[in-house]
Amino acid sequence: MASTFETVAGIIADTSDIGRDTITPDSHAINDLGIDSLDFLDVAFAIDKAFGIKMPLEQWTAEVNDGKVSSDEYFVIKNLCANIDKLVAAKAA
Amino acid sequence: MRLEYFQMIDRITLLDPDARLARADCQVPDESPVFEGHFPGHPLLPGVLMIETMAQIGGWLVLATLRFTAMPFLVQVKEAKMRTFVVPGQKLEAEARLVHDGSGYAVVEASIVSQGKKAAEAEIRYRVVPFPNETLRTTMLETARRIGVPEEFFHAA
Repeated sequence: MASTFETVAGIIADTSDIGRDTITPDSHAINDLGIDSLDFLDVAFAIDKAFGIKMPLEQWTAEVNDGKVSSDEYFVIKNLCANIDKLVAAKAA
Repeated sequence: MRLEYFQMIDRITLLDPDARLARADCQVPDESPVFEGHFPGHPLLPGVLMIETMAQIGGWLVLATLRFTAMPFLVQVKEAKMRTFVVPGQKLEAEARLVHDGSGYAVVEASIVSQGKKAAEAEIRYRVVPFPNETLRTTMLETARRIGVPEEFFHAA
């Protein structure tokens, strides 16, 4: 079974026309990979479907916009994957 | 349908957020300024207005699902197919099925059927955001009443 990172990187490469090799765990989805908000909607939908979750994007965006957390917390790929894993675990619990 | 006012939905006939399904009747008008240009001597409902019709039935489904707490705005149309010509006077049924209720976005599969044949279909995606002002929310509620959205969906359950 593919790791969360492999699945997410594959989704980003498929939906955003970004070379798979350029996507690393430390890539920032917006600042490094240049995924715009509309493409990120594609990524979010594909991630929600692949993992059977509903990423709380509105909450995450509000926290970033309010200055409560850095965007790195949610949009650096390894952190995004960790948050996906938490959501999957919470759903299974 | 009043094409020049983008009033595509005449009457909601089914709205079931639990089943994630909505249907509506849409009567293509016999006359409209739209048909003067599309096309002279061969009036057809423009494909973009078929897409708009599908976006609107899906939009009402999203609004009812969210109990009018936020507004869906069309941001993406995928795999749109216009399968048949639609002409003045034709009766249509629009249908939408909510595929995913995401955080800040929604995805529906929508179609238009006429005389038992599918006239159009598309996957439609919306960005769902707070109403930008009270004027829009009030107008949406007025329109909802006019087209038969049940009052039970106007407020939180």
